[in-house]
Amino acid sequence: MAELRYREALNQALREEMERDERVFIIGEDIGVFQGAFKVTQGLLEEFGGKRVRDTPISENTIVGVGVGAAMTGLRPIVELMTVNFSLLAMDQIVNHMAAIPYMFNGQVQVPMVVRMPQGAGHQLGPTHSHCLEAIYLHVPGMLVAVPSTPADAKGLLKAAIRDDNPVVFIEHESLYGAKGEVPDDDDLIVDFGQAAVRREGEDVTIVGISRMAVTAQKAAEELASEHDISAEVIDPRTLRPLDLDTIVESVRKTNRAVIVEEGWPHGGVGANLAALIQEHAFDYLDAPIKRVTGADLPMPYSKPLEQIAFPHEPQIVEAVKALL
Amino acid sequence: MRVAYPGTTSGMGDGLDAAREWLKTMVLIRRFEERAGQMYAKNKVGGFLHLAIGEEATIVGAVRAMRDEDYLISTYRSHGHALARGTDPKHVMAELFGKATGVSGGRGGSMHMFDAERRFMGGYGIVGGNLPLAAGIALSSDYRETEEVTVCVFGDGAANQGTFGETLNIAALWKLPVVFMVTNNQFGMGTALERHAAQPDLHKRGEGFGVPGLKCDGMDIGDTYEVLSEAIEKVRSERTPLLVEAVTYRFAGHSMADPEEYREKDDVKKWREQHDPIKNFAAKLDDVDLDALDEEAAKTIDAAVEFAEESDFPTPESIYEHVYVTGGQVRG
Ligand SMILES: Cc1ncc(C[n+]2csc(CCOP(=O)(O)OP(=O)(O)O)c2C)c(N)n1
Ligand SMILES: [Mg+2]
Repeated sequence: MAELRYREALNQALREEMERDERVFIIGEDIGVFQGAFKVTQGLLEEFGGKRVRDTPISENTIVGVGVGAAMTGLRPIVELMTVNFSLLAMDQIVNHMAAIPYMFNGQVQVPMVVRMPQGAGHQLGPTHSHCLEAIYLHVPGMLVAVPSTPADAKGLLKAAIRDDNPVVFIEHESLYGAKGEVPDDDDLIVDFGQAAVRREGEDVTIVGISRMAVTAQKAAEELASEHDISAEVIDPRTLRPLDLDTIVESVRKTNRAVIVEEGWPHGGVGANLAALIQEHAFDYLDAPIKRVTGADLPMPYSKPLEQIAFPHEPQIVEAVKALL
Repeated sequence: MRVAYPGTTSGMGDGLDAAREWLKTMVLIRRFEERAGQMYAKNKVGGFLHLAIGEEATIVGAVRAMRDEDYLISTYRSHGHALARGTDPKHVMAELFGKATGVSGGRGGSMHMFDAERRFMGGYGIVGGNLPLAAGIALSSDYRETEEVTVCVFGDGAANQGTFGETLNIAALWKLPVVFMVTNNQFGMGTALERHAAQPDLHKRGEGFGVPGLKCDGMDIGDTYEVLSEAIEKVRSERTPLLVEAVTYRFAGHSMADPEEYREKDDVKKWREQHDPIKNFAAKLDDVDLDALDEEAAKTIDAAVEFAEESDFPTPESIYEHVYVTGGQVRG
């Protein structure tokens, strides 16, 4: 085991997979000479050279499309987009091309590629740089979606994503890049998609936390235990598609209560989808309505006090849980 | 294989055989398109159907300038590209019928033809959506250290998309082996070129991105072939992109749902009478019997229609196949 930061774990995953498979290469804005907007690609240009670590112009839609074309013809591209907000400029290539091509052409080609992007609020970047849009990507069939919240998962899921023959949208969290955690020393550390992690076992309520909210939910659960004598089970789905619904449903059947925490917007969110699935599969076990704690329903404000109340923190989760019990 | 087209001095022997083959392929495309239109009228074909009648020389001229290992990528108006590349008309027609035997298994339809084996990398329903893919395919050719060239076909209307500028810039910056071929049929749906393009000389539009332009007469297969050959071989050896504008004219409506109120019937008539790429090319060749070629094409297409009719629709159970490589559904 080594203690690594989330960004270092991602960097290791990239390095190891590039060493392992010559078809793997990275393109993105300022990933090479500048070493990455969040330094995830630090050192890779020096190690692998300009053919495999390629700085691009600021052309999100086209660089995703370049990845798709390369993936269709035998390579395994990784496209870094600077943030999830900018990925909206690439929506056409992501939805109409990357995700649709294998189906549209009846499996004649595969599109084995990863589009990485960070998301999240907390740095006072205002309404164009702070959102969490995993719900949008979850919506789209034809691709997989990962939302790692720990360094070990960041590494294991990214390696799995690079080796997967499906296109993957890989959503990192800006506030987690500096977070530290134990990461097994293993060149072949793979975290399989579709396996939720139970971060904490509990009896009274199931809290499902998405992306960074898995971390916030864990802290809230500790407070619930120490201050309120409430035993919460915390689940981090780790991937939204495939979703490990079994683990979540099994937990809800045990605790009879569910709270879903996400940083994204409430309408049509990950929690909305998950609440529908939970009631479908565990309706008779529920002792209370399913509750959602979400980001505020607005473009993210800049001003610090406003920003801080615009995405969930521990107290909101604690309140939501107490309201159910 | 580089054949000379009639009218040049070199290699008339081979050239004449090749020229007959070009004519035959153009006739096949014309008749295929006409029949597809009839099948649409009979409700055998659904969705949108965009025909390339009038544009046959741009298709065959370009495709014959390519090598087998080169990649072709096109638009929603691409039955002809598949046929010219050698895809069996049966499978193209079956795709129009939505049958399991269609090139895309009935998942794509008219706008989304594909033939991986022949390196026809698809027709795409998003105007301008194929340009970034072409750059990626070309990047892959270089990455794998091959001599492959990608020919990327799109319309005059597509030249107004952001992907045009983005992709030309990237292709020039990274020296990618792409021939960008703008099939300028002078309309984007009902919007005439001069109403949608501030610089209607489309081949000049690459200059600011570092992509030199060439122009050819897209109604003349000889000229199209020659200019495309020059462009493809230059791109192959210099590994840097070029833009070729092929000026042509669409004889039919934009799609089947087009009353053509945006242009004069007389203009269409004039283009049909004076610039028909098939008639004009046939007139240059001795010893060709257009009627016989028509008849042969009709037979091929009869067989294609019969094949499409008799083929099965995809089964309901197969609906999720190929959404993911694992076969079935992956739930979120
Ligand atoms: C992104 C996008 N916008 C609009 C359309 C609708 N549309 C389909 S074809 C077309 C005209 C395109 O004209 P051009 O590029 O000249 O090609 P042509 O049809 O003439 O071959 C339009 C507007 C589309 N398919 N995709
Ligand atoms: Mg046009």
